[in-house]
Parts: sequence; C-alpha cells; structure tokens
Amino acid sequence: MTLDTVSHAAGTPETALPWAELGLKEDEYERIREILGRRPTGAELAMYSVMWSEHCSYKSSKVHLKQFGEKAPETDALLVGIGENAGVVDVGQGYAVTFKVESHNHPSYIEPYQGAATGVGGIVRDILAMGARPVAVMDPLRFGAADHPDTKRVLPGVVAGIGGYGNCLGLPNIGGEVVFDPCYQGNPLVNALCVGVMKHEDIHLAKASGAGNKVILYGARTGGDGIGGVSVLASETFDSTKPAKRPAVQVGDPFQEKLLIECTLEIFREDLVAGIQDLGGAGLSCATSELASAGSGGMRVELDTVPLRDSSLSPEEILMSESQERMCAIVEPGKVDRFLEICEKWDVIATVIGEVTEGEQLEIFWHGDKIVDVPPRSVAHEGPTYHRPYARPDWQDALQADDAGALPRPESGEELRKHVLQVVASPNQASKSWITDQYDRFVQGNTVLAQPEDAGMVRIDEESNLGVAVSTDGNGRYTKLDPYTGAQLALAESYRNVAAAGAKPLAVSDCLNFGSPEDPAVMWQFAEATRGLADACLELGTPVTGGNVSLYNQTGETAIHPTPVVAVLGVIDDVHRRTPMGFAEDGQLIYLLGDTRDELGGSAWSQVVHDHLGGLPPRVDLERERLLAEILVAASRDGMIDAAHDLSDGGLAQALTESCLKGGHGARIVVPDSIDPFVLLFSESAGRAIVTVPRSEEVRFNDMCGARGLPVTRIGIVDGDGIDVQGQFVLPLAELREAHEATIPALLA
Amino acid sequence: MTVRIGVVTFPGTLDDRDTQRAVRIAGAEPVPLWHRDKDLKQAEAIVLPGGFSYGDYLRAGAISRFSPVMEAVVAAARDGMPVLGICNGFQLLTETHLLPGAMLRNNHLHFVCRDQKLRVENAGTAWTADYTAGQEISIPLKNIDGRYVADERTLDELEAEGRVAFRYAGWNPNGSLRDIAGIANAAGNVVGLMPHPEHAVEPLIGTGGTDGLGFFTSILRKLVNV
Repeated sequence: MTLDTVSHAAGTPETALPWAELGLKEDEYERIREILGRRPTGAELAMYSVMWSEHCSYKSSKVHLKQFGEKAPETDALLVGIGENAGVVDVGQGYAVTFKVESHNHPSYIEPYQGAATGVGGIVRDILAMGARPVAVMDPLRFGAADHPDTKRVLPGVVAGIGGYGNCLGLPNIGGEVVFDPCYQGNPLVNALCVGVMKHEDIHLAKASGAGNKVILYGARTGGDGIGGVSVLASETFDSTKPAKRPAVQVGDPFQEKLLIECTLEIFREDLVAGIQDLGGAGLSCATSELASAGSGGMRVELDTVPLRDSSLSPEEILMSESQERMCAIVEPGKVDRFLEICEKWDVIATVIGEVTEGEQLEIFWHGDKIVDVPPRSVAHEGPTYHRPYARPDWQDALQADDAGALPRPESGEELRKHVLQVVASPNQASKSWITDQYDRFVQGNTVLAQPEDAGMVRIDEESNLGVAVSTDGNGRYTKLDPYTGAQLALAESYRNVAAAGAKPLAVSDCLNFGSPEDPAVMWQFAEATRGLADACLELGTPVTGGNVSLYNQTGETAIHPTPVVAVLGVIDDVHRRTPMGFAEDGQLIYLLGDTRDELGGSAWSQVVHDHLGGLPPRVDLERERLLAEILVAASRDGMIDAAHDLSDGGLAQALTESCLKGGHGARIVVPDSIDPFVLLFSESAGRAIVTVPRSEEVRFNDMCGARGLPVTRIGIVDGDGIDVQGQFVLPLAELREAHEATIPALLA
Repeated sequence: MTVRIGVVTFPGTLDDRDTQRAVRIAGAEPVPLWHRDKDLKQAEAIVLPGGFSYGDYLRAGAISRFSPVMEAVVAAARDGMPVLGICNGFQLLTETHLLPGAMLRNNHLHFVCRDQKLRVENAGTAWTADYTAGQEISIPLKNIDGRYVADERTLDELEAEGRVAFRYAGWNPNGSLRDIAGIANAAGNVVGLMPHPEHAVEPLIGTGGTDGLGFFTSILRKLVNV
C-alpha cells in the first residue's frame, strides 16, 4: 500500500476514506475537506476523528459549559482558569494549587483494572503538566446494584486498579465516594481527581512558542494500545495486513509514571521547558495540535522518530495511540542537552521529534514524506459545535408528583430503630473501609484527614502548616428528580464538607456524567444541571476551574441518572485547627446546625426502606450554606468545636452513626418537641451539620451563631456506648458497628 | 556534630522524603543516597525506605538488590553499620540475605492500609532501644506483599535467638508466619519490618500518633553515645 501523503491526497480526491467508521459524521467530513481544500490524508483523518470526538471537542456540551465562564464569580484566587490541563488556585503564602476531576467510565467497564488504573494515571499527568507536584488523589465511583453478579466483577477490578496504580505512584488517596444504583449496572462511573501543589512562579502552560524550539516526546514508548479510545476502535480499513483490532483500553505502567513524575519535577526545577503537555486521550494528535494551536507559529514533527513498542504500527496508529506515561515538552535548543541528561538519570526515554516553526501549519512527516499539513486550531480548538435539541422529559412531572412524603413511616420506637439499622447497613450507607483500605492514604507523610472524613486534607507546608482540603460529592437520585437543584445540591454538599473539616472553600472542579446527548431528555438534564451549577458557583463565589464531561453513559435506550460530581477545594491556614468527624470526649454537647424540614424525596431512607425514587429533592439555600460554612470555619479556628460532620444522605441517623463509630463514643439524643423523631433522624434537608461543643465553649458558640443568625439546636450529649434516642430506642455501638461494617465485605470479599 | 543517616532512593521508592523528614524530626541529618551511588557519603546508619522499587517487577526487591548502592550497604552492614529496612526496604533486606526469609502476597490478596498494632519483642536492637520489650505500639501498615515466611528451622532459630523484633498484635493483617512483623540479624544492627514507623512521627499527620519516632531516636542515641 502506498503512503497516503499530502500530495497523494491532493491528486486523488475521489479516494474513499473510512470517516464513518472513525466516528465522524458526513457534514463533519465535508467540513474537514473544506478546511483543507482537498481530501484529508489517512493521517489527517485520524487526527480529526479523535480530536473532534465528543470526548475531546465537547461539541455537544460546550454551548452549555460557556456559562461557567460567563457566570464566573469575581475572585482573586483563580490564577489559571478553564481551558488548560487543569485550573490553578492561589492558596496564599506563594503557593498555588491545581486540581481536576475526570472520567474514565467506559474503559473501566470493559477492563476494570486497566481502565481505572489509567484513569488515575491520566489525571495525575494533567496535574503534573501544570508544573505541580501531585500530592493526593480521590476517586468518586458509581456501580450497579451491590448484589448484582457483575458488580463483583467490576468493583474489585476498579478498586484494585486504582490501588495498584495510585499506591505505586506514592500518592495518598484521601477521599472519594462509592455509590451503588441499578442505573449504573451497564455503565459504572469511574471518576478520578488529583491535587497538585506548586509555587506561583512554577506554573507551566501547554503552548508551543519560539521558532526553533525543539519538541521532545518523553516517557514510555508508543504502542498499539488505546487506539481510538476517545472515538471508536480503529477499523481494519486502514490496512488489513496490520495486527487486528486491539483493545481500545490503554495499559498502564505505574512505575514508568513514577519515574516520569520525578523526572518532570526535576526538569521544572531547572526551568528547562517553554511549554508542556501530557499525552492522554487522542495521544500525539492531541498533544501536537493543542501545543501548536495555543502557541505562536507552527510545528514540524518527524513521526518516524517516535520510539515504538511495535515497529509495525502505521503513522495513523501512532497518531491515535493512547499509550500511557508519555509527555511532550517544548524546549529551547540550548537546554535540550540538559533535558535529555535528566531523562537519562531517571531511565526515561526522550526523543526530539520536531520543532516549532515560523509557519502556521502543523506539518507531520513520515520518512521525509509529508502526511499531515493542517491548521492546528482547526484540529484542536475549532471543532464542531452542536446545539442539540433538548426538552423536559414527559415523565418528569409524574416522577416529581410521586411524593416520598406519602411513604409509610415507622410508627414506634422499635420500628424507628429497625429503620436506622437498615439504612446504615445498606450498601450505599455502609462503611467503605474494605474498599478504601486498599488505597495508601499515608504516603508523603502529609495526610491530615482521609476517608471516611467529610473531606480529605493534606498539609502543603511543613513550616507554616498551611493545608488544603478537598471533597467530591454528587447525588444522581436528587439530580434525576430535579437536575437544576441536584447539581446545586452536589456543590452545596461538597462545599459544606470542606467547611466541616475546617477549611475555607475556594474553587470547584466538576465531572459531568450523563447519558446520550442525542436524547433530548438527557440534553435537558445536562442543560439544567450546568445552569444550576453555574448559578450556584456564582452565588457561593467559587469558580469552576476545569473538569470534564462524560456523555453516552447509557445502556441501550436507558441513561444513567444524571450524575454531576462536584469537587470543592478549600484552604486552611493551620492544619492543627482541622475538625475531624469522630466524637472524641464524653460530656461534650451535640448541636444540630441549620433547619430540618420534612424532606425525604430522593433520600437514602426512601431508597433503602421503600425502594422508591420520587418527589422533589431537598431545597437549596445557598445563602444559608455560605453562613453555615463561615460558622464551621470560624468555630474550628477559634477552638469552639471538637468534631463536625455534615448531614446529607441518610440524614442525622447516618451522621450520628459515623461520628460515634469513628470516635468510639456514644450519643444521648433528646428529640426537640418541635420535631417528629422520624423526620429528625431521616430528613435530608440541606445546609445542616452536627458539631460537638465542649461545655466551656457553649456560651461563646451560641453567641456566635445567634449573632450571625444561624439556627442551632442542642440535641444531646456525647455519652455512653450506644446511640440512645430518648423515649424511642437504644442502639449499642457494637450492634451498630456490626451492621455498618459487615455489609461491603460480605458482598465483595 | 550531627549524626548522618543515609536514606536510599531507588527508581520507584516512595517513602524516601517521609523518611528523611522522620530523621530530621528525631534530630539527625538525613543524607539522600541515589541507587547509583557507590559510597555512602559518610552516613553512619542507613534506612531503606518503602515503595515499589523498579515497580516490584519480577519480585519486590529482586532488581534493586543489584544497585551499586546496595553493594556498599551490604558490605557496611556486615561490618556492623545499623541498617533499617521498612516495607520495600525489608523485602530488599531479605533479597540481599542480610535477613532470612521472604515476603509473599498477603493471604487475602489485597493491598491493605491500616493503623496496625505491634508488640515490640526485642528492645535490644540498634533501632528499638527506645522501646521496652512487650510494649504495644501503633503505626501504619500498607502493602500487598507483606506475608513473612521462612522455613520452620529458621523461624525456630529467630525465636530462640530473640530476633523476632516485632509481632502483629490483635490482628495478623497478611498471614505472616508466627505473626512476625519484623526481624533483626544476629548482631542486632540490621532490622527490617513491614509497617511504617516514618508515618507515625508527628501528631495529627497520618494516624496522628508518634509511636514510630522511637526507631529514629533509638539510632540517634546509639550513634551519639558511640
């Protein structure tokens, strides 16, 4: 087969190309021909097909994502915003923190271990590419029903993959979520978050500037794995004599990634790069076109110099390969030798594959023949934009009318006790330590708080004790009932969690997991959720710094619950002031902060006891969330509280269970006259937390809350070795612990 | 004159910076050593930290034992220099035969990360002098290849000579024979254990305890008193 060069393509306009097999639409292919003024070469088609995929181009979502920029709150904290590998936030003392959450859903269903492992690897390289040392990871996960046989295939593989890769990189895993719901049966969600720390002056961007600067590809050799992972499997139409379809899932090597991290940080320390980009989805196609597009000038790449694992790979396959553990740097000629020396020290393969040119085109050569000649912006930043039709689904009204308030409620103390045990032992509410104990949470020696605490927290400066806290939250059930409110509730919970740990919330990253954008009902959910999130971010003053959209999460015609996962980053001036969730000392007073209403729509109780989803989710009051957060942070700073725990799914029953079991102390609860015991225990009203107040601080704490207008109710005292809801029931901690901790190992071990 | 304690970094080592910090907190001076170093830079004791050197490919410690720095470490250990191997470092010490036995995959086949209770069985080694025999301490454990095994004769010998330095208390997390968490060589200068004392040296950080600090103060006191 002759090489499909640019000149060959110009001379053979009628040659049919497999654009449809590569996932392109007819009008998209026509647009490529228009841009180029001829038919694309096979290599050019490969690049456009992956870069114009939904995953890379955000073609269905970007008209909605615009709001995160348009409604961005005024803040001095944002140093780098949406559009780079990850956003960067100023946390004071000259430090900048970068963080981002991303999805690796589809690969993790096909190949749970490698899919999840490379999800961690990809997000870590994004953070590294900003110039930061990665300091922590988290994994928000969603699986099908806990007792479904396939969950036992997918979950252990995903958890082992996250652990196997993350543990080997030396990154503490400090939080995340595990949620089960039948809607994720054929489409689990595997999201991964990474946090990195740097000094302000160390921020690096992905752009190629300065004609004559060298393009260096370093890290692992390029193989045939992950080809077309972002679009579709590369079809054999390219060349049927080549090895048959390979897995679209990449295979990870965490040891190589660890070397890449240390090597890259040493290269940063010596200020050797002018621009840098990691290779993730769409591989070299993405890195070269994005670097060239963001910079000034063009780029020339000699593709045959790329080190390969498999010498039979075609140029198209090399451009599309998503082999892991690779980075691409732009380096001034005078610094190339030192750059290569450092790579040699770390046994990292590095190759000069091209240079920045004066021109405007991205040109790629194969043994001297030009096979790509494209305007880089047209590949990387000017992909198609869709205004997909969207419409409120016709079932939405019926769903909301099916009020959870009408469900039969427990009628006696004994029945209430039974429901508490049932809820805290249910897979979603049960202890996840069987899972999280497979992740190293101590490495790097800076972990202050880790799961099951409300937020993970790491120290970032050993002298000043400056720290950051991160939480991720998302509730697909709430979002299904009302996408606008559900997305806001995800933000509110994450924001509240960070504050409950004692940190001031600063910024947001989100991973928006939805079904097919071609379904107007899904698109409506997406439009509503992004609008809700953008509005709430504006009101809370926390900008979205970046994130990821994952669409097509559905099996057949059935989409997953719309699941926006929201990560909030906060800062704490002195980690010694952090607030853990465990009750620490008998005799301390338990206060419930915020208002409890009769709100059970989408609740854990309605799911566990009645297998019900209907009605409206809890109301959102962002002004109240902000006040609550301020009180939590101030009370922690001034030493007025010893423990705090946010109230969310499972309500007070769940929060008390977790705080008592974590601290090893019981609680005696007196139900206030104004409220029904069942509602007190199971309502999921937002904007609430419990705290424990030492008696010596009670007056000061009450005064502060009174002065600021936050309703607080003293509901009991830390005491004994059980949860004693007076006049209702007593639950010994031993029985509670057995119920809470036995579920997950029994299902999965 | 400060005491210099070498901390070796192999490709894939993870807890080297944490170990350097623990050495500093104890009052000694950490000396970073690179796997290609052929001399020990006047270090008076050596810590082989945890991690996944060479990705644990082939077998934990199987490749790093051939590093140039290990030639120097093994020679110095045979001459009496104190050497502590933590986790991957312990695995490496068995690979170099400075300590007997081997580590297999945990009996439950999972990575496990937890706060682990240990009983100090031998407070007479270079690294345990600040503890008392029988004392229970709590430090983090995190590994997937942590199941200590050796033949019966070796185990009996270790017991008879008091060379079982630490035992898991309360719960054996990986199926280690005779609950062994750490051992010493006959001279008591080489000690290896699976749990991580360097992660329990500061209040609030990690599990929040400081039970691991004794390892580093023990060696410091010993070297200052020489």
